[in-house]
Amino acid sequence: MDWIQILSNTVESILSPVTFAFVLASLGLAMHFGFAGLLNFGIAGFMAIGAYGYAISVLRFDLPWWGGMLVSIVAAIAFAILLGAPTLRLRGDYLAIVTIAAAEIARLLFLTNTFDDFTGSASGLFGYHDSFRAANPIPEGTYGFGPFTYSETDWWVRIFGLAVLAVVIWLLWALSRSPWGRVIKGIREDEDAVRALGKNVFAYKMQALIIGGVFGAMGGVIYALPSAVNPTVYVTSLTFFIWTALLLGGAATVFGPVLGSIIFWVLQAFLTNVLPALAQEGGILESLTSQQASTLRFILVGIGLMLIVIYRPQGIAGDKRELTFVK
Amino acid sequence: MQLSKTRKRAVSVIAASFAAIMLLLALPVSATADEVGTEFDDKIFGNVKLDGESLGGVEITVSGNGYEASTVTGADGRWSIGVPERGQYEVILNEETLPEGIAVVEDGGPIKQVEFGLTGTVVTNYFIGEGERTAIGLWPQFFTRLVYGINFGLMLGLASVGLSLVFGTTKLSNFAHAEMVTFGAVIALFFASLDINPFLGIILAVIASGLAGLTQDVILWRPLRRKGIGIVQLMIVSIGLALTLRYVYQFFIGGSTSQLPPLGGESFKLFGSLTLSTTDIASMVISIIVLIAFALWLTLTKTGKATRAISDNSDLAAASGIDVDRVIRYVWITASALAGLGGILWAYFRPGIKWDMGEKILLLIFAAVVLGGLGTAFGALIGALIVGIMVETSTMILAPDIKYVGALIVLIGVLLVKPTGLLGTKERIG
Repeated sequence: MDWIQILSNTVESILSPVTFAFVLASLGLAMHFGFAGLLNFGIAGFMAIGAYGYAISVLRFDLPWWGGMLVSIVAAIAFAILLGAPTLRLRGDYLAIVTIAAAEIARLLFLTNTFDDFTGSASGLFGYHDSFRAANPIPEGTYGFGPFTYSETDWWVRIFGLAVLAVVIWLLWALSRSPWGRVIKGIREDEDAVRALGKNVFAYKMQALIIGGVFGAMGGVIYALPSAVNPTVYVTSLTFFIWTALLLGGAATVFGPVLGSIIFWVLQAFLTNVLPALAQEGGILESLTSQQASTLRFILVGIGLMLIVIYRPQGIAGDKRELTFVK
Repeated sequence: MQLSKTRKRAVSVIAASFAAIMLLLALPVSATADEVGTEFDDKIFGNVKLDGESLGGVEITVSGNGYEASTVTGADGRWSIGVPERGQYEVILNEETLPEGIAVVEDGGPIKQVEFGLTGTVVTNYFIGEGERTAIGLWPQFFTRLVYGINFGLMLGLASVGLSLVFGTTKLSNFAHAEMVTFGAVIALFFASLDINPFLGIILAVIASGLAGLTQDVILWRPLRRKGIGIVQLMIVSIGLALTLRYVYQFFIGGSTSQLPPLGGESFKLFGSLTLSTTDIASMVISIIVLIAFALWLTLTKTGKATRAISDNSDLAAASGIDVDRVIRYVWITASALAGLGGILWAYFRPGIKWDMGEKILLLIFAAVVLGGLGTAFGALIGALIVGIMVETSTMILAPDIKYVGALIVLIGVLLVKPTGLLGTKERIG
């Protein structure tokens, strides 16, 4: 077994755009669930809106890359308002069902042949890279060291992703310790008490939903930026994986979602590489096909999610007192 | 785009005339399909069957990733097309090459989207039923869809009443319930592989589903209830369980679609375009009998009454001497067994068993339960029928690939307008 290759692939996943997308989406979810107490199970829908918003406006309306991103943000705001206006007064588990259904509606509408001219239906969208790559200031060539050796295009995507991440992390950190953030946390703990103080609870919740939704949409953009928009990505499983990453790191923290997403993807990359290799080389996994071996990692995600929620609901970086609202 | 469409048409015309000439000359169709694209490592292949009989001479086109190729199925109904790279492809069955009055009636019609997984092959099968392509009036068409909808609704009902009972007694929104639907089908497939009588296999699969429900309660849900874990946490645990089970199924049966052994029997052309197989009719009869038995259990037996009492007010039920834990155990067994039976029947209706088949209808089950009123078993049944009929009849207006959207919009709408559903009563406060 080629351990050097396996470790290199594993370490490489830290700088993968998919990891960045997960960090962004789980930061959005931290805003929704960790800080505002909103059970949003439609984060995959926000990501799909971000990715499609970007790709459609670049491909079909010839907008420049930054125009596409603006469209994504506006679309995410619109989706949040559409989703939140009627549903934010619902009880927690009802909100979960509504948001998961809304994300599924969005996905089905992107997938259907009816709007094929815009969405590319099942084949998705690709070939929208020209504008973004033209803005690349890095001269042509290959840079980096060890596992982190990329072409100028790959570096551009990663640097851009890191920049977006930095802004979002700073924003969430600043918001969480602002007066606004304290009101949001107050709503999470006891909505009626905050209402009694004369705050407009609905408006605050809506603002939290919008901000987190925009984070999620940016996650979708970063996910789609280096490759293609594929409708099979934005399924409910994606939402569940992001929840796993969030709860692993710690829902009511800024650092937790970052940590959780990185651990999630490093583990995934490691298992993706190691399990099929183990199955091929024999040993404990000898009797498995390589496909079975790689299915194992998703089984482990499910088991991991159950164990986290049962034994450490506050996550690795969290404080248990921050999660007393989860009843 | 335009170019490829014309080319497609040209190809299909050629193939159609080719097939027609072969029929005219009464030449036997070649025993095996001519393989196309054998120079490539990866391939898409499958089977075309009409009511279980292999169908030769049907033209299949694969396109995608800038590549397009066509082939004609052999007498054994098989076809195979090699493709240059793994990715997403569109597989189109040319309905012109089908026998008169025959059309692809399964989901999505003659066009299928396929995607390569980890292996270099993808299986795409067409199981074709009779008819529908003949132009028929609006009402007969509606009536046909209505009957299919009732059939589908009854299966949904089997799955939904259990979810509703579990919610009523434990306040858990169980996202893993749809995996019990898959469980029934997968276990039935397992018993079928043992070569026992298919009917016995189905009965055993339902029993196994019930036992799986019992196991879940004993090793997971009861300890968590004892631990006093909140409903949101429980809900997320059920999501973890759903993920686990889903991929365990994929682990054992892989990513492809498997078929249960046919139960035999023939198709009846009832009237208009409505054709029902014996399996369809049996499925509806079984659903109705089981649901009636369930209703009698719920209204007449002591355990059934206790279940409803706990749904009404758990503390009061416990105070009046009901052994809540014992009743909840029965609820889990019943709910899982019903869901498993629903899954088996659905495997015949779809047709086929896939590791993520349950996930596909999870939200429809939720829609049915919410529409009827969370926690009310009879409401869930009515909700399921409405959702089933709506999904099937909406294909008259909507494209088949968004037929679930209507049901999901109803789900959201009901929660907004009347969260208690059709039969639910307003929760008393204080």
